[in-house]
Amino acid sequence: MASIFDKLRRQKPRIDSSEGEAVASKPVSSDLWVKCVGCGTAIYKKNFEENLKVCEKCGQHHKMTAQERVAQLCDEGSFSEWDSDVISLDPLEFGPEYLNKLQQDRAKTKLSDAVLTGSANIEGMPVALGVMDFHFRGGSMGSAVGEKITAAMERALEQRIPTIMVTSSGGARMQEGMLSLMQMARTSAAVRRLNKAGLPYMVILTDPTTAGVAASFAALGDIILAEPGAIVGFSGARVIEQTIRQKLPPGFQTAEFYEKHGFVDAVVKRAELKHKAFELLALLTRPLEVSP
Amino acid sequence: MILEVEKPLLELEAKIVELKKVTENGGVDLSAVVRQLERKAEELKHSIYSNLSPWDRVQIARHDQRPKTLDYIRELFTQFHELHGDRHYADDAAVVAGLARFEGRACLVVGHQKGKDTKENLHRNFGMPAPEGFRKAQRLFLMAQRFKLPIITFVDTSGAYPGIEAEERGQYEAIASSIALMTELQVPIVTVVIGEGGSGGALGIAVGDRVLMLEHSVYSVISPEGCATILWRDASKAEQAAATLGLTSETLSKLGLVDEVIHEPLGGAHRDLAMTFRAVQMALTKHLAPLLELGAEELVELRYQKYRAMGRIQREVKV
Repeated sequence: MASIFDKLRRQKPRIDSSEGEAVASKPVSSDLWVKCVGCGTAIYKKNFEENLKVCEKCGQHHKMTAQERVAQLCDEGSFSEWDSDVISLDPLEFGPEYLNKLQQDRAKTKLSDAVLTGSANIEGMPVALGVMDFHFRGGSMGSAVGEKITAAMERALEQRIPTIMVTSSGGARMQEGMLSLMQMARTSAAVRRLNKAGLPYMVILTDPTTAGVAASFAALGDIILAEPGAIVGFSGARVIEQTIRQKLPPGFQTAEFYEKHGFVDAVVKRAELKHKAFELLALLTRPLEVSP
Repeated sequence: MILEVEKPLLELEAKIVELKKVTENGGVDLSAVVRQLERKAEELKHSIYSNLSPWDRVQIARHDQRPKTLDYIRELFTQFHELHGDRHYADDAAVVAGLARFEGRACLVVGHQKGKDTKENLHRNFGMPAPEGFRKAQRLFLMAQRFKLPIITFVDTSGAYPGIEAEERGQYEAIASSIALMTELQVPIVTVVIGEGGSGGALGIAVGDRVLMLEHSVYSVISPEGCATILWRDASKAEQAAATLGLTSETLSKLGLVDEVIHEPLGGAHRDLAMTFRAVQMALTKHLAPLLELGAEELVELRYQKYRAMGRIQREVKV
């Protein structure tokens, strides 16, 4: 359930770890320049941001914060946040260390937990949107993440609007134990309610989406898009290597790998996501084209 | 398999057998000593099994002589007919499934199957399901729904199999769709955690209207070894991890994630099979009966609310 940590260890140069827990890999940056984590090219920061954090040279899609993603996908000023006050407790009494980390990540990301949810417009179409942020505890899903995602889907149900979930997560959050595992059932049940109501549910898999999040609401989209190069899968690469005692083939567990094996509808470049998401949702909800 | 925690007891029991032999062979009458030691063994059993650590529980839950799914099927069900395959790719021996009767009532039974020895474990892949295992379960869940048969599932896996082929064939998708399907099935589902409940691989067949758990079973978001590796980069700290993960039946019952803890005979299920089977049968009967009274819609709504309520959050007061 924690494969992302294995993945990070596999890609040594991209690791930035503290206290035994890996955190989001970050391009090395100065004030003006950013180094691509894919090819090492120094990119002028202004260009990097303008290019939605995608390397022009190698196409590496760098991780975005939830706020950056909202800005990229939503019509300007249309996003209105839900449940910004929902935070996790420490039900297993892991202790002050865990609570402090939550506090630190809240301060760092300006999020209540690893997902940002709200209503928004995409090219004028109202949607319920959830965006996970890997910079908050590796995007791990505990009670707060499960609650916010489920509540967002229930609001979509009330308002009869489509739902989009942008995923980025190492899986269920260990520190909340079995309560975290149960978020898989909780969120999946909410997806089925959307299905039953005939409301479109779209998933956008971003780097990385693994373990308990991959194995629940992230796998259940009517339409599943993925960003190029995103790592997706259930078990961590290192766990698999240890189990089968052989090296994994190149490109294993990437978005392209899962497109080839039939689990992703399309790998879509970041710059094309918004319009593609809009057109697909419009095809599902507006049977006749409205002439302009 | 000898459990560390049981060692003193097993030594004492071996001694009793030895002394009994001496007495039987007519050498010396040691029956008084034997009786005394038997009393002592009984006391020891009490003290050992009333002070089990979470890590001891993990060992008991993984015991190779602990009853497995097919043992429960053989003892508690009649007319069991195993049904194989996911109708797409393969049959997964790590998940057994079939039609049977429980106290005369036709039902579907599905469970993870571990082996009791190396040969059997190789055949069963140590009870670690491939995607086909979850897809077989889904195929039969839907059949059960069509014929309005209740579903009983037994959970006993260290987790879904981590392998190249399993990933290629969409392990995560197989688990997700199995979980999602169970949340909306219009027939009663009773789940019993009989041994090891390992993460998503367990949950893939465990979204029951009632989730019961044998006293010494464990159910965890991640294996103690995996947790120790991630938190402290040291798998040998698994004992410490087991204590913090909240994986025992008592903790899960307190958190409201398990509906009933089925008490095991003193010494654990592997020490008194007949009593274990009786206890599980009684629990199944008790929990299945009220579910059979519910209408399909009510059943699905109650199940949604049950899982909807699972979570501990608070609303942050912003200043």
